[in-house]
Amino acid sequence: MEPFRSLTAKACPLPMSNVDTDQLIPARFMSRPRSAGYGDFLLYDLRFDAAAVPRPDFPLNRPERAGSAVLVTRRNFGSGSSREAAAYALLDHGIRCVLAPSFGDIFSSNAVNNGLLPARMEEDAVEALLAWLDAGNAEVTVDLESRVLAAGGTRWDFAIDPVWRTKLLNGWTDLDLTLSHRTAIDAFMEADHARRPWAWLDGPAGPAALG
Amino acid sequence: MAGNGPRTLFDKVWEAHVILTREDGQALLQIDRHFFHEGSHHAFNQLRARGARVARPSQNIGVADHYVPTRGRGNAIADDTIRRMVQQLSDNAADHGLRLFGLDSPAQGIVHVVGPEQGLTLPGLTVVCGDSHTSTHGALGALAFGIGASEVAHVLTTQTLWQRRPKRMRIAVEGSTGPGIAAKDIALSIIARIGTDGAQGHAVEYAGSAIRALSVEGRLTLCNLSIESGARSGMVAPDATTLDFLRGRPFAPREDAFDRAAEAWLALPGDPGAEFDREVVLDGAEIAPIVTWGVSPEDALPVTATLPDPDRAADPARAAQIREGLDYMGLHAGQRIADIVVDRVFIGSCTNSRIEDLRAAAAVLSGRRARIPGLVSPGSTLVKRQAEEEGLDRIFTAAGLEWVESGCSMCVGMNGDLVGAGERCASTTNRNFKGRQGKGARTHLMSPAMAAAAAVTGHLTDVRPLLEGRA
Repeated sequence: MEPFRSLTAKACPLPMSNVDTDQLIPARFMSRPRSAGYGDFLLYDLRFDAAAVPRPDFPLNRPERAGSAVLVTRRNFGSGSSREAAAYALLDHGIRCVLAPSFGDIFSSNAVNNGLLPARMEEDAVEALLAWLDAGNAEVTVDLESRVLAAGGTRWDFAIDPVWRTKLLNGWTDLDLTLSHRTAIDAFMEADHARRPWAWLDGPAGPAALG
Repeated sequence: MAGNGPRTLFDKVWEAHVILTREDGQALLQIDRHFFHEGSHHAFNQLRARGARVARPSQNIGVADHYVPTRGRGNAIADDTIRRMVQQLSDNAADHGLRLFGLDSPAQGIVHVVGPEQGLTLPGLTVVCGDSHTSTHGALGALAFGIGASEVAHVLTTQTLWQRRPKRMRIAVEGSTGPGIAAKDIALSIIARIGTDGAQGHAVEYAGSAIRALSVEGRLTLCNLSIESGARSGMVAPDATTLDFLRGRPFAPREDAFDRAAEAWLALPGDPGAEFDREVVLDGAEIAPIVTWGVSPEDALPVTATLPDPDRAADPARAAQIREGLDYMGLHAGQRIADIVVDRVFIGSCTNSRIEDLRAAAAVLSGRRARIPGLVSPGSTLVKRQAEEEGLDRIFTAAGLEWVESGCSMCVGMNGDLVGAGERCASTTNRNFKGRQGKGARTHLMSPAMAAAAAVTGHLTDVRPLLEGRA
């Protein structure tokens, strides 16, 4: 996974609350393999009208926002469905960081697992940043090392779980680390078989149920 | 951290699964049950890319639900994409030797109905699935939560998951609820009270006399909707109601083994004096039949109310949300909710498709005609069979509703069961998000009895007068 350290890029305002993952990527697009690319589906029903024509007034469609890698939005971004495709759609569209007052728990976890930074900022700071972007500004610097966002002459702190920060800074994935603990895992599960035989579906007393 | 002091239900289940804790506080948890479905294909592809195999095949169970057709079972699936998605699930299960409740299984159904119904979900287990409504399984006292595809791949490969310990929140509903009030009304009232992000970062335990009085089916509905208040998991402490539900289920332990397990399960409820990071209390007597009017589950009001006015909202973000909701839903400020005319109903989904849900809807529809079309999709093939034995299917069809097979169906529309653009649906599902039931579809969430009432009158309706003199 690509490490995330510091990013200077254009930011796009999305002044909406509760942008759920059904909006980030409608369910009808999720049967495709990831290798096909998910960027075109990002916020599809908000970006395009019924005839699949881009809505000119939607922030991500405005020419001055083309190439934005940062999204600034209101509370509860990424709530709802656990679909990791929401993170794929953002990343494949070129978004590396979302700034919002709060995020859906499953979404933020999926984001971090894919190298996308979900950065939490106070509601007032987000409103100020939205106003600054609305005034025609664009370029921001997101520094994960110091957890500071710089926009124009102003600097705001943002918050991120320290474990996730380390993971993003290093581009780590969990799996290799877990596999290094294989012996401890096996021993724990062996003991658990004796401690909670009812929790296992592989024992000799396993049910002869259909399935 | 709980230490040696009094512990909550959540603490006990969490601590029994911690294999190791990293310096930074992340815990490696043993996962007892992983349910997968058609949508889990990203994770299986990740395994394929690494050449990895499933570590503990017995603990991973597949269920065909998200894409399955609800009509024409037994025939080949006409739509290429849908056929491929269902086939891919079977192939992945076969490739790794995993148990599958496939399209043709007599016990097929929605994963969050099948797990508890089969006794695969038990108290004290950790349960995960690549679906946010996995919180449902917490109704039996399991710690159950939805995960993303990378986490699914991690569970398949190791039967473990790294997690940060969430905070603990207790939501108590005290007293008793009035007649005609369902678990759905309790859940939507909670979400309206605390907001869709109200429980973010928390593991919720539902408690209080109104919760204890719920059947397991009601508790499943309640825990199902935990994610709509932002909580990844919601739990109810196991009790005699839980044991009665589980005894004799196909995958539950049997005879002496059940009694030994039950002893462990009954030790799970929180100790007296165990502390929560946050507590919320609702009065059960104040809960009314409730419906959503906007595009977030927190936009919920009693059916007797009128719609809010964005110009009167104190906060600009809230005003914007009200305006956006009214606009998308084709409604106006000050309108009476009971005057909202509905185009169709859907009774089904992992939230409300169990036998008690179908009985509640049938009690309203019995001897009456629906004024609008509607779809009834039972939560599992076994629920369908039981409903037919009880004659419920004939009540639905006599009323003019369509009685179909089991699956996620019109809750998410992946199988082609869609609400048309601009159409308004009274739905027993879990999300009134824009486009959730189909592009441009307008969803009002409510209980099965309330959906049945809307079918009978053709508009959003207080079900209580329709239940007078009935069960």
